[in-house]
Amino acid sequence: MSEIRYTADHEWVSLDGDVATVGITDYAEEQLGDLVYVELPSVGREVTAGDETAVLESVKAAGDVKSPVSGTIVEVNEALSDAPEKVNENPTGEGWFFRVQITNAADLETLMDRTGYDSLIASLA
Amino acid sequence: MPTTLNAQRQSLTDLEMHGDFIRRHIGPSDEDTSTMLASLGCTSLDELLQRAVPNDIVSERPLEMEAPRSERAASTHLRHMRHRNQVFISMIGCGYHGTVMPPVIRRNVLENPDWYTAYTPYQAEVSQGRLEVLLGFQQMVMDLTAMDLANASLLDEATAAAEAMSMCRRLAKAKSNVYFVDRCVHPQTLAVLKTRAGFMGFEILVDDPFTELERREFFGVLLQYPASTGGLRDLTDAIATAHEKKALAVVAADILALALVKPPGEMDADIVIGNAQRFGVPMGYGGPHAAFFATRDAYKRSTPGRIIGVSRDAQGRPALRMALQTREQHIRREKATSNICTAQVLLANISTLYAMYHGPQGLHTIASRVHRMTCILALGFEEIGYKVVDPHFFDTIQVHVPGLAGRLAARARESRINLRVIDADHLGITFDETTKRENLLTLWRIFDTRAHHRLDIDALDAKVEGRIPVELHRTSAYLQHEIFDRYRSETEMMRYMRRTASKDVSLGRSMIPLGSCTMKLSATTELLPLSFRDFTNLHPFAPLEQTQGYQQLFEELEDMLCEITGFHAISLQPNAGSQGEYTGLLCIRAYHESQGQGHRNVCLIPASAHGTNPASAVMAGMLVVIVRCDDNGNVDLDDLRDKAAQHQDHLAALMITYPSTHGVFEERIRDICQVVHHHGGQVYMDGANLNALVGICRPAEIGADVAHINLHKTFAIPHGGGGPGMGPIGVLSHLAPFLPDHVIVEGVNPASGGRPTIGSVSAAPWGSASILPISWAYIAMMGASGLRRATTIAILNANYIAQRLHPHYPVVYSGADGLVAHECIIDLAGFKGTSGITTEDVAKRLVDYGFHAPTMSWPVADSFMIEPTESESKAELDRFCDAMVSIRQEIAEIESGTADPLDNLLKNAPHSLHLLTDGGWRRPYPLERAFFPSPATRREKYWPPVGRVDNVYGDKHLVCSCPPIAHYEQEQAST
Repeated sequence: MSEIRYTADHEWVSLDGDVATVGITDYAEEQLGDLVYVELPSVGREVTAGDETAVLESVKAAGDVKSPVSGTIVEVNEALSDAPEKVNENPTGEGWFFRVQITNAADLETLMDRTGYDSLIASLA
Repeated sequence: MPTTLNAQRQSLTDLEMHGDFIRRHIGPSDEDTSTMLASLGCTSLDELLQRAVPNDIVSERPLEMEAPRSERAASTHLRHMRHRNQVFISMIGCGYHGTVMPPVIRRNVLENPDWYTAYTPYQAEVSQGRLEVLLGFQQMVMDLTAMDLANASLLDEATAAAEAMSMCRRLAKAKSNVYFVDRCVHPQTLAVLKTRAGFMGFEILVDDPFTELERREFFGVLLQYPASTGGLRDLTDAIATAHEKKALAVVAADILALALVKPPGEMDADIVIGNAQRFGVPMGYGGPHAAFFATRDAYKRSTPGRIIGVSRDAQGRPALRMALQTREQHIRREKATSNICTAQVLLANISTLYAMYHGPQGLHTIASRVHRMTCILALGFEEIGYKVVDPHFFDTIQVHVPGLAGRLAARARESRINLRVIDADHLGITFDETTKRENLLTLWRIFDTRAHHRLDIDALDAKVEGRIPVELHRTSAYLQHEIFDRYRSETEMMRYMRRTASKDVSLGRSMIPLGSCTMKLSATTELLPLSFRDFTNLHPFAPLEQTQGYQQLFEELEDMLCEITGFHAISLQPNAGSQGEYTGLLCIRAYHESQGQGHRNVCLIPASAHGTNPASAVMAGMLVVIVRCDDNGNVDLDDLRDKAAQHQDHLAALMITYPSTHGVFEERIRDICQVVHHHGGQVYMDGANLNALVGICRPAEIGADVAHINLHKTFAIPHGGGGPGMGPIGVLSHLAPFLPDHVIVEGVNPASGGRPTIGSVSAAPWGSASILPISWAYIAMMGASGLRRATTIAILNANYIAQRLHPHYPVVYSGADGLVAHECIIDLAGFKGTSGITTEDVAKRLVDYGFHAPTMSWPVADSFMIEPTESESKAELDRFCDAMVSIRQEIAEIESGTADPLDNLLKNAPHSLHLLTDGGWRRPYPLERAFFPSPATRREKYWPPVGRVDNVYGDKHLVCSCPPIAHYEQEQAST
C-alpha cells in the first residue's frame, strides 16, 4: 500500500497495485456532521478524475465525492447504504466509498501528501 | 392620554386621525423612539438614516403617494372595489372549483393569527401543531392518489406539473429530450410547461397519448385525469407504454374525483400532481391554493418542495420536522432539485382540516352528489337532443353545440352562470359541491327554452346510471387513519384546531426575529378582504367585465409598487420570491434575444447570495459564475470586474441582494451595477431586503433593471406558517414587453403589444390574486410618510438590538459608520471552544424563554441573523435582548465550570413538560431555571410540546405518513 494522498476537496486516496480506494477526510467528516445518506456509483462505471462520483448528505449539508483518479469503479462500500454513520465513525477506514482501477498512476502525483494537506487545513482554520 | 385644557388646539384634519394606522403598525412609541435613538448616539431618525444609509443611494425624489388612509377609509375603498366584481356561478372548471370552507375552519384558522402569522417550520419544536396537520395533508394526498409519498404542497397545479417534468428528466433512463403532454391537459398547465421547457432544452410534444405514445420517444408523459374537458379514461396502458420506453408517467388528477375513481397509483403512475383547492379553499381569482405532489418512495430524494417527516425528540417521543432538507436550494444551490423554497402551508392545512371535517364518508358523499348531478345534467341534455361528447366523466361534460358555443355562453351569463367555451362547437360545464338542483333547470333552459316543461329532476335521477366505468371504480379505502374520523363534530374540530395552534409560536405569542424573513404585522383591516365573497369566489378565467374590481386593485397596486421601486411595469403573476427570480431572469434572456444577443447566458452571483438565486439561474438555462465576497459579505469589486470582463461576450446578468444578505448597505452598489451594464449584462435585484429601502431609495435608481418584491415580507402578507407568499417583479420599460402573459386571459401584459412574451410562469394570470388586497391596504394606510417611517424604524430596531447585544455577543458585519441596516448578525462560533455550546443550543434555549429563534447559521456559519421589523415595540425588543443576555450568563456558567458541560440549561433545551412527568425532575439545576428563566415566562409560559428534535434519526428513518394514533395519545396523556 502506497502513501495516502489528498485532494483540495477533502478526499483521500490510497493505492494498492492499480486499485485506488477513495474516501473523505476527518476534516470533511467533521464539517458535514452526522451523515444520513450516501449514494454510491455503480460498479463498472468509467470515471475521469474530478467527476462527481458519490453523493453524501448530512442533515445540514450535501456534497459530492469526486473521484481523484481516472479509471473504472471496481468496488463500492455497500455497507454505507444502510449505515452511513460508518463514515462518521471511521472516515479513513471502514467509511471508504469506492475503489477505482486506475488508468493513469500519474493522477496521484498531482495530489497533496499529508504535509501539504495539513497545511491546507491549517489555512482554513 | 387625557387631553388637558391647555393642550394646543388641533386642526380638524388632525382630529380626523387619517394617519392613525401608522402608529398601529409601528411598534415603538415616540418616546421609546427617542430613548432608542439616544442609545445609538442619534438625536433624530433623519440622523440615524444619514449615518446608516450611504448618501450615494438615497433617492432625490421622495415618494409621491396619496395621503395615508385611515383603516375605515381603506375598508371603504376596498368595498367599492369588490362591489365592482360580479360573482357568477362558475362552471368553467379547468382546475378551479366552487367549494365551501366550513365556517369553523374559517373562523379558527383562516381568520386566526395563531395560524396565519406563523413562519415556515424550520424550528420544529415550536411548530408541532402545523407540522401535525401538514403531515395529515401528506397522508391525505398519499391515500387519495395511492402513492407512497407526498410532499407538503407546491404553489399551483401548473408549477407542480413543471416540477414533475424536471423530475422525470432527472430519473428517467430514456435518452430523448421530448416531454409528451396529453392534449387533454388544462391549457394553463401546458403554457407553464412550455415556458419551463424552453431554457431547459426539452421539447414539448402535445398529442393523444392513447394513439401516439407507442410511436414516439420521450422521457416523460403528463396525463390529465379526468381530462380537462371531462372525459374519464383508463390510463393503465398509457402508463405501461411509458414504462416500456423507460420514461416516467405523471398524472395530473382531480382530488375530489379520486374519492370515486381508481387512483393513479393503482395504475402504476410515477408521479401524481394536482390542486387541493376544491377541498375548502375558495378560488380567490387564481389563488392562493395548495397544489399536491406525490410519488414513489424510491424517488423521495428527487422530490421537490418541503417534506414533513416523523422523528423523535431527546426523550425518544415522536416529534415532527421538515425532512431531507439537503435536497433543497438553500443547501444544494445550483444543484438543487428545484428553486422552490416554500409550500402553501396555510392552504394545505385548510384543505386537510376540510378532509378531517368531512371524513372519508363525507367526501365520498360530496363526490357522489357532484357526480350524480352531472349525470342528471348529461341525461337531460341528451333528452332534449344535445350530444354529450364523452361517455364517461366525473363532474365535467362537454356538450356539442355546433356553431352556438359563444351565443349559449352569453345566454348563460344572463343567468349569472359562466361556462367554458372550448371552441365554437363545444361548451364545457363543470359541477362542484356548491351546485344546486335549480342550477340544472337553469342550464337546460339556457339550451332549450322549453326544457323545464319536459325535464323532471327526480324522474331523471331515477333513470340515471353512473358514468364512471366499472373498471375505473375506486375499490380501495382512503383516509382510514383516525385523524380523519375524530373531528367531525364542530366541538371536537374547534378544540383540535385550538390545540394544534397552541403548540406553535406565532406572532400572536411573541416576536419572530427571523433575519431575511421580515415578520412584521399583518393588520386585521388588511386581512378582512380574505373573507369577502366578491374577492374570494371568482374563477381566474371569469370574463374580465365581471372582475373590474380586481382590475382596479391590480392597477392601483402596480402604480404603488412602481412608485416605490422606480420601475415602469409590474407583473403580479409570480407566486413566490423564487418564482419572481425565475421570471425576471427569463425576461432578461428574452430581452437579450430580442437584441440579437441570445447567446448571453452567464449569470454572476455573489458567494453570499440566497440559495434560490443559483437554483433559479439554472432553471433559466444560465451558467452560474460565482463572484467572491470580502469578509463583510460585500461583493469583491475587483473579482466582479475580472469576471464581468472575462465573460463579457456571454454576460447575461448579475443577481444581487440589496441591502446585502449580511444586512449591510453596500457602499458601492452603483459601481457594481455599472460594471455589469458596461459589459452588456442586466442587473437582477433580489428584493428580499426591499423593506430596508422603501421610501429611502428605489432599486431602479441605483441600477437594477428588474427586481422581485416579496409582498409577504415587505408588504404585510402574513407568512401563513410557511406560505402563501407572492413574488411580483418590477422591470424597467425595456424589459416590460417580455413580462408574463396568459394563455386564456387577455391583456395580462399590456406592454407586449401582442408580441410573444416569456409565456406563463403560474397557472393563474395574476398569481395569488386574493391576497393582493393585503398589500394594497398596507400601502394605502401607510402612505409615503408611513412607509418611510416603517423603514426607518426597522433600521432603528435592528440597531437597537445590535447595540444592546454588543457587550455580550460579537456583532459582525456593519456598514461604514458601525451601523447595520434592518437586521444584524451576531457571531456564536466562539462558544464552541469555550463551552461546547452551538448555535442550535442557543436557539433551542430561546424556546424556553418563549421565543422563536432568529435565522440560524445563515448567511454565515454559527451565527444568528436577527430582524426585529418596525412592528415590534421597545418592550418586546428588550424582552428578547434580556433573554439573550440571560442565556449568555448561562453559557458563562459552563465556561467557568459551574455548570456541567453536557447536562446543562442549553444542551437540554428546549425543556418540555415530559421532563417533569417522566419520573420527576432529575437535572443538576433547579427546574425553575429550566422552565421559568425570566419574569415574562412566569407571567405567561409557552410549553414546547416536544424536547429537542433528533434530525439525524428523522432523515435516516424517513416516515412521511401519520403515525398510529397511539403516538398522539401517548403525547396527550403526558401533556
